This record gives sequence, C-alpha cells and structure tokens, in this order.
Amino acid sequence: MKKTGFLWLGIVVLISLLATTVGCSSESSQQSTKPLPPMERVKVATTTSLYDTGLWGYLEPMFEDQYDVELDVLYAGTGIALEYGMRGDVDAITVHSKSRELDYVAEGYGIERVPFAYNYFLIVGPESDPAGIKGMSPEDAFVKLFDSGSAPFISRGDDSGTHGKEKAIWASAGYEYGAVQSAGDWYVEAGRGMGPTLLMASEKQGYTLSDMGTFLAYKGQTELVPIVEQGSILLNVYSVIAGNPEKNPSINADMANNMVSFLTSDEIQSIIGDYGVEEYGMALFTPCAGAEPES
Amino acid sequence: MEEIWTGFIKAVGLITSFDPEVIEITRRSLMISASSCAIATTISIPLGSLIHFTSFRGKRALISVIQTLFGLPTVVVGLFVFILFSRAGPLGELGILFTPVIMVIGQVLLITPLILGLVISALSGVDKAVSETAISLGATRLQTAILTLKEGKFAVLAAVVMGFGRAFSEVGLALMVGGNIRGFTRTLTTTISLETSKGDIELSMALGIILLLIALSINITLNRLQQR
Repeated sequence: MKKTGFLWLGIVVLISLLATTVGCSSESSQQSTKPLPPMERVKVATTTSLYDTGLWGYLEPMFEDQYDVELDVLYAGTGIALEYGMRGDVDAITVHSKSRELDYVAEGYGIERVPFAYNYFLIVGPESDPAGIKGMSPEDAFVKLFDSGSAPFISRGDDSGTHGKEKAIWASAGYEYGAVQSAGDWYVEAGRGMGPTLLMASEKQGYTLSDMGTFLAYKGQTELVPIVEQGSILLNVYSVIAGNPEKNPSINADMANNMVSFLTSDEIQSIIGDYGVEEYGMALFTPCAGAEPES
Repeated sequence: MEEIWTGFIKAVGLITSFDPEVIEITRRSLMISASSCAIATTISIPLGSLIHFTSFRGKRALISVIQTLFGLPTVVVGLFVFILFSRAGPLGELGILFTPVIMVIGQVLLITPLILGLVISALSGVDKAVSETAISLGATRLQTAILTLKEGKFAVLAAVVMGFGRAFSEVGLALMVGGNIRGFTRTLTTTISLETSKGDIELSMALGIILLLIALSINITLNRLQQR
C-alpha cells in the first residue's frame, strides 16, 4: 500500500514536470516567433476536398506571407461553407457546387463566382467490383447499384458539393433522392468529409463517389480502386467567392478580394497545376483561372 | 496490431522530442481550459455560497436544475453559442466566432453548472456546527461563508478539478464554435478528431497519450489531496 503510494507520487511529479517543461518551452518559442499585437485575420471556409488533399495547407503560408495576414481555414462541406458565408462568419469561400454558388451570388451574399481549378469525380470501390459496374456510365452504374441493392454505397450525406453531385447523378439516372435514401441498408449516409468517407467505404468494402484529388491523396490508406471514370456529369469545378460587404458589413472585403486574385494569379495557378505531381505521380487539379471549363 | 504499435512508438517519439506542433496544441488546450475553469470558479464559489447560505422558495428546485445541467451535452451548448455569436446572431457584432475567446465562453457555460453544483454540495458537506459556532461568535455572513469554504476546501477543489477535466476533454463544442483552425483554435481533442478522420494515427495517438496523462495526473493529485 505504502509502496504504490510512492509510485503514484512519482508519476504525478514526473507528469507535472513534463507539463511545466512543455509550458515553458512553448512560451519562449511563442515569444520569439509571434509578436503580441494581433494580426489582421481573414477567414475562408473550404470544401473538404481542397483541405483533405493538403492544397489549402500548402497555399496558406504563401497567402499569409504575400498579404501579411493570418489566414484561418475552416474545414467544412460546401453546404456548411455556404451557410457560414451567408451568416457573415467567413470572408470568402472555396466550394464546388455550381448551381448553389450561382444562387449564393444572385442572392447578394457573394460578389462573383470565380472558378479557379477543376478535376473529375469518379466512382471508386473495392477491386473485386461486387456489383459489376466497372466501365459503365455513372448513371447506369447507379441504376445497377440500386437494383442489386447488395453492395454498400457510402454517401457523403452532408449536403456538400460532392453530395450534391451524387444527387444529380441519381436524378439523371431517374431516381427520386428520397427513394434512394430509403432503399435499404446498402445506402449509407456518412455525414462526414471526403477523406473520412473514403476510409469508411474502404472499411465497409463499398462504393462511393469521390473527387479525384481526395481519392489520390488517400490512395495509400484505402483499398479502393477507380470503377467508373467516364461521363460528362463527372466534371468537378472549384470556385472562390468573396463575401459581399454590402450584405455583411463585417466582411474583410479587401482580403477576400485578395484571395480571389491570389488563387487566380499566374503563379498560384501554376502551383495548383503542379500540386500532387511529386507525391501522387499526377496533378490533382487542373487550373482554370476565371473561366468555366468545358465538360 | 502492427499499426497500433508503430503508431505508439512514433507517438512517444513526437512527445519526447518536444515536437513543436504537439507542444503548441497541448499548450493551447491547457490555456483555454484553464481560463474557462478560472472564470467558472470565480462565478461558482461566491454564487454557490450565496445559494447555500440563503433560504428561499424553490431552493431545492434550483439545485435540482443545476444538477441536471451537469450532463449538459456539449453540442447543445455549441449550437446555442454558435447561434448567439454568429454574425447573423444577436451578439455577432463582437466578431468572436471561430476564435479561442468563444471557446472559453462556451466552456464556461458548459462547466459552471458542474462546479456550482459541486461547490454547493461541498458546502453542505461541512458540519453545520462550523457555521453555527461562527455566527454565535459574532462572525458576519461573509466571514461565516469563508470559514465554511475553508473547511470544505478539498471538496471545493475537487469541484474545480472536475470542471477543468470536463472542459479539457470535450470536443463537440470546441469543434463547432472554434472551427478547428490550425494554429489558432485547434486543441488536443479537435486535432485527434480531425487527424483520425484523415487517417493520421500517430499524431492522434501522441495527443491522446498527452490528454490521458494530463487527465490522469490531475486525478491523482486530486485523490492525494482528498486523502489528507
């Protein structure tokens, strides 16, 4: 009894020692790297794919250096990002859901929809392709998934841009989305970002709709392979939209506009075009400054 | 098993090499939770004493309400704070959504009922003779309260530590109102949540170990204090 008491005391001392060291060492480094006066901050809410691919993490310090500002990147699906934007909680958004972006701008929340990069969606699944949909068109593949009703399909289910695209494919395949949701256990709504959804699909040996960028970025961690890659409906365009200060006066309009110029600048466009080549062997995004790509 | 083991080794490496990111996140977590705990304690001790030493109608009911709020779901507090402090909300002018400040505010709302309720029980646990003697010797109400608090100091301390533990370990609120912004509002729990969903097990494990060690050391300290 006595001995264990000492043991515990030792552990406590050790840990508090560690905690103090941690506190001290970080305090000194904090002082040397970050001056105290608060810096100007700008907030951008981004679709999960631009974050899960690491692109925003890569661009963030460049933007901060160029404009001498602290950039806060909020990880959200397109639906949540648009919601944050409407409430005036972020200064700009980077999203991928054309029709909703156009509504957003039309309602006056955003200045202008500026496409800056694109890639393609693809349906991924287990190598064995249990539903036998390899090489079909996206619509035919969805019909077959629905009819067979056995192989799991993991939907983002979070009102994101990718989820919107999935709904568009169901509609184009001739299904009411409500009927899909209640079709059976095979249809799984994850309610999470693209990366987590891919991991879930891999765990469940199921299919999912993913953007090319996140799929490549997660390739090492999943057992999924591309199943359906061809179809004009699979085009995936990313846009940046600066918030409109007339709608939400709190918006940092200068910095929001800087973000649009930054993402569409020649330098950053070529960085986006090269992003991922080294790590994944192919580019994750095709730059398209300001112009809508042809599908 | 392999994954867990290699993850564990790398995690220990991250901690023992004082990886700057790990240190920064740990420090931020401690700062935010300690601030909210300090504020909640400053509210709870006087308020708890006031409730304990005054008799009024509905006192039992009030205490029941406070105790019910012990288990306040973090996401409900998160939702409430979000709506209140979003730019479109009534306190949006302040512009503090997605900052550490709002995380402290949310945590104060979350843990004040807990600390308050436990302070009241701590005071109830002190022998009535203490306050009665004090009053009979001519002590003012304030003096009586301070004396009783001193008598019950270990139970009061336990209340504070419980509050800190709850703030330190919660994730829902921090994620919703803090936004999990790297280098700004990212804490131990939100990082674990994000990194696990990204499949980066090592950093999650390192932070999980730190979280557990801190929680453990707090509880051990508390146990030892109470055994005195």
